[in-house]
Amino acid sequence: MSSLSATIQDVFNEPGCGKNANKTEAERKKGCTKQLQPGGAAGGCAFDGAKIALQPFTDVAHLVHGPIACEGNSWDNRGSASSGSDLWRRSFTTDMNETDIVFGGEKRLYKAIREVIEKYDPPAIFVYQTCVPAMIGDDINAVCKAAATKFGKPVIPVNSPGFVGPKNLGNKLAGEALLEHVIGTEEPDYTTPYDINIIGEYNLAGEFWQIKPLLDELGIRILSCISGDGKYRELAYSHRARAAMMVCSKAMINVARKMEERYGIPFFEGSFYGIQDSSDSLREIARMLIERGAPAELMERTEAVIAREEAKAWAAIERFKPRFKDKKVLLITGGVKSWSVVAALQEAGLEIVGTSVKKSTKEDKERIKELMGQDAHMIEDMTPREMYKMLKDASADIMLSGGKSQFVALKAAMPWLDINQERCHGYMGYIGMVKLMEEIDKALYNPMWAQLRKPAPWDDAGVNWQTKAMAQMDAQAAEIAADPVRAEEVRRAKKICHCKTVDLGTIEDAIAAHGLSTVDGVKEHTNASGGCGACKGRVEDILAAQPAPVLQAAE
Amino acid sequence: MAIVTTSKKACSVNPLKMSQPIGGSFAFMGLRGAMPLLHGSQGCTSFGLTLFVRHFKEAVPMQTTAMSEVATVLGGYENVELAILNIYNRTKPEIIGINSTGVTETKGDDVEGFIRLIRQKHAQLEKLPLVYVSTPDFKDAFQDGWEKTVARMVEVLVDPVEAGTAHDPTRVNVLPGCHLTPGDLDELRTIIEDFGLKPSFLPDLAGSLDGHIPDEFTPTTIGGIGVDEIATMGQAGWTIAVGAQMKRAAEAMQQKTGVPFRLFERLCGLIPNDEFIAFLSEISGRPVPAKYRRQRGQLADAMLDTHFHIGGRKLAIGAEPDLLFDLSSMLHEMGAEVAAAVTTTLSPVLERVKAQEVLIGDLEDLEDLAKARGCDLLITHSHGRQAASRLKIPFYRAGFPMFDRLGAGHQMSVGYRGTRDLIFDLANLVVADREDNHQATPDTWRTTDAGLQVVPPQLH
Repeated sequence: MSSLSATIQDVFNEPGCGKNANKTEAERKKGCTKQLQPGGAAGGCAFDGAKIALQPFTDVAHLVHGPIACEGNSWDNRGSASSGSDLWRRSFTTDMNETDIVFGGEKRLYKAIREVIEKYDPPAIFVYQTCVPAMIGDDINAVCKAAATKFGKPVIPVNSPGFVGPKNLGNKLAGEALLEHVIGTEEPDYTTPYDINIIGEYNLAGEFWQIKPLLDELGIRILSCISGDGKYRELAYSHRARAAMMVCSKAMINVARKMEERYGIPFFEGSFYGIQDSSDSLREIARMLIERGAPAELMERTEAVIAREEAKAWAAIERFKPRFKDKKVLLITGGVKSWSVVAALQEAGLEIVGTSVKKSTKEDKERIKELMGQDAHMIEDMTPREMYKMLKDASADIMLSGGKSQFVALKAAMPWLDINQERCHGYMGYIGMVKLMEEIDKALYNPMWAQLRKPAPWDDAGVNWQTKAMAQMDAQAAEIAADPVRAEEVRRAKKICHCKTVDLGTIEDAIAAHGLSTVDGVKEHTNASGGCGACKGRVEDILAAQPAPVLQAAE
Repeated sequence: MAIVTTSKKACSVNPLKMSQPIGGSFAFMGLRGAMPLLHGSQGCTSFGLTLFVRHFKEAVPMQTTAMSEVATVLGGYENVELAILNIYNRTKPEIIGINSTGVTETKGDDVEGFIRLIRQKHAQLEKLPLVYVSTPDFKDAFQDGWEKTVARMVEVLVDPVEAGTAHDPTRVNVLPGCHLTPGDLDELRTIIEDFGLKPSFLPDLAGSLDGHIPDEFTPTTIGGIGVDEIATMGQAGWTIAVGAQMKRAAEAMQQKTGVPFRLFERLCGLIPNDEFIAFLSEISGRPVPAKYRRQRGQLADAMLDTHFHIGGRKLAIGAEPDLLFDLSSMLHEMGAEVAAAVTTTLSPVLERVKAQEVLIGDLEDLEDLAKARGCDLLITHSHGRQAASRLKIPFYRAGFPMFDRLGAGHQMSVGYRGTRDLIFDLANLVVADREDNHQATPDTWRTTDAGLQVVPPQLH
């Protein structure tokens, strides 16, 4: 059994991850853990990430070993949907107390496992490790093993205490637990040439059910969905699938790649957000299944379904075009669904602002994802005032985002739509895109905005927090402009790489000091672009703007 | 007198309890220009933050020292220092409120010591109030974190007053428990001001989390009581503490400044409000305004109208001690039977709950008890929604968190008016439930317990 640190190292070595593959040996050792900023950090911990990834398995009891904070403050907070068991929504935790901290919590954990089995008899229990028991040395692997032997039921340790890193590391550690303890431990009753796995899909708001009927119609069987509306047994025999789709996210790439390595299940990375992406994904599934032995006629049927659904969706979107004419959308989201959503929004006649996205061709896809990802990073770092300025400068009619930016947008009386995980509408598939258009339309044309934008009778028009914020920002800018030393300071303090917190000055100094001319060189000396890599473009721009190092040397 | 027992289970199922560090952060959120900071791993803050955002539907300031595995083992001095400096530089706070968590308490970080060192090292922090409270996750509950934090605020932030100094009889300190909503605080403010008194609320969540659109957007809290005002609370004539949890802070205030206090364990129900209004009349020397005489009449009438529906109900309630005591007592006084009561932590009020037994346990316990005892009204926070749908009984959401309904910040239970609205809401739930689920049919009396049991005559 591998130790936690070895598993983490293994995850960092993930060759399937483009970002990792581009790193030097030393950087890989450091891993993809974002340099966490005390007093300036946002986002969940590794335990959070592990729980998010696995909790959608519906018939499993998810038992959290730790003090009350880890589970008591967070349970029942995800919008995944289940077609069967509701066990996943119940919360189980050892709620460790002071005595457990002093004498160790292993006994309590063991008893807790027994209680869960006696009362709920689930097909399996996932046991999550958290910081405090990890610190005091509770060995959950040993407890799980003993409990599994004693009770004759899979008890799976998920070793991902919060302090080992951020959420996305937790996603991967969760994947490792599945690979090590679950996948390949059972056999399906029967297999078909049409069996696929869907990896990294959580069925938020039940949105995967907007795609599943199409797969059903084509006779394609989802052998296992990891993890949305998933069941333990399906997961355990998922190694018998013919092909896999990794839903456009790097969250569980280690699962997809290692299943390819171990069981020869080829996978592709796709998405069901957006009309084009949905069609591409359906085609790819069909193509892979045919390659693995399914009859070739599957493709014809797939094309027919695609043609039918696309025609319906475009026809439904048509009616929005006149209403969306000249309307601008400010879209800020992490990489996942950006591209597909961009394409669909543009198709409906909306203009995307705020990111340098023009009418996109397919080749721009990666670039757009990077830009959007970078913006999503940036907005987390902004003060509300800066955020408002950004909204104002973009002169958008509606903002689509997730996270804390919503409150600034809404309080500025700007239409806003949630496209992140907490949302309550499913935007997946062909129906989902039409639904998104409907929601945008409702938000844009709500008569409420006009009322809210009117000042109160006793207020001066134009004296509100928005104008104050703008005035303050302008005053600040003027002050800085008047003082060349300060202006230079501010210019140099501009943050370029948000993951590794590297500013412009540091990069310029490194370029000058070492005569750098490549992004890799900059990365080596400053660590900039060593995180998500999305700021590469900006580093390139900085390099281009520098006087050639050769000339400098000649002077 | 209720017997207080503690659940013997090793596994807590569907927790009622939340951790005390976030209860501490919650208290800091009622201070103006504040940044609550949890000394722990980033998940500790992130979970709490998400919970508050879901409850209030507002941007909520909360930061983390982002402890990594290595930092946790080596000690968190550098992380605390960096966090304070970063918050100071980026958000210009008027105060930083620090609570410890399970991780840093297990290691045993001496945060008070850290703060002294940090102040020595960074002169610019000299005037910035830094309040630290020890709140390990593996002890106590949300309400305790609030209790300790407010008491600590009094100890650190209120200027001492020399014995013999004259107090301002028109000023009143209000120390509200964490079970009161921003709506409750605004109601209390109105009532107190109507007696010509000037209240200072510590903390004042109504200033920060009532959902208003602020004049100026800051990354810290957008309102609440200012540090300057807290400093002068020692000049007040009286302190009113609401909820037994606030006794500790009220005593600290009295000790430091000589301000006497009156503890109101409850502010929901007719009699508790009579006492409250009479007290305000007494300390202000003013007669009770006509408005409250009318409101009292309205509450009395509401009690008459609703007792048909609330009387005889078997209540299952899960809440932190002060809220449990307040709501269950009020409903008991309306003729309901408190058949199942579950809470999170010890408190002197528990044995006075009008029930056979109060269990320190979880929502699984509450669900089981409600089922076994045939309860037909459930009151707890939003996490009770799954139990409610399985039990198929009317469910009233009360307490924190309330994430699946809107307007949590404005739901009221205090005052004549708050009690009036609350019992109307409860009675309406019961009425709707009867109409939806318990309409009589020709066979109802035969097939359910609603009719008399048919006992065949027997000869002895």
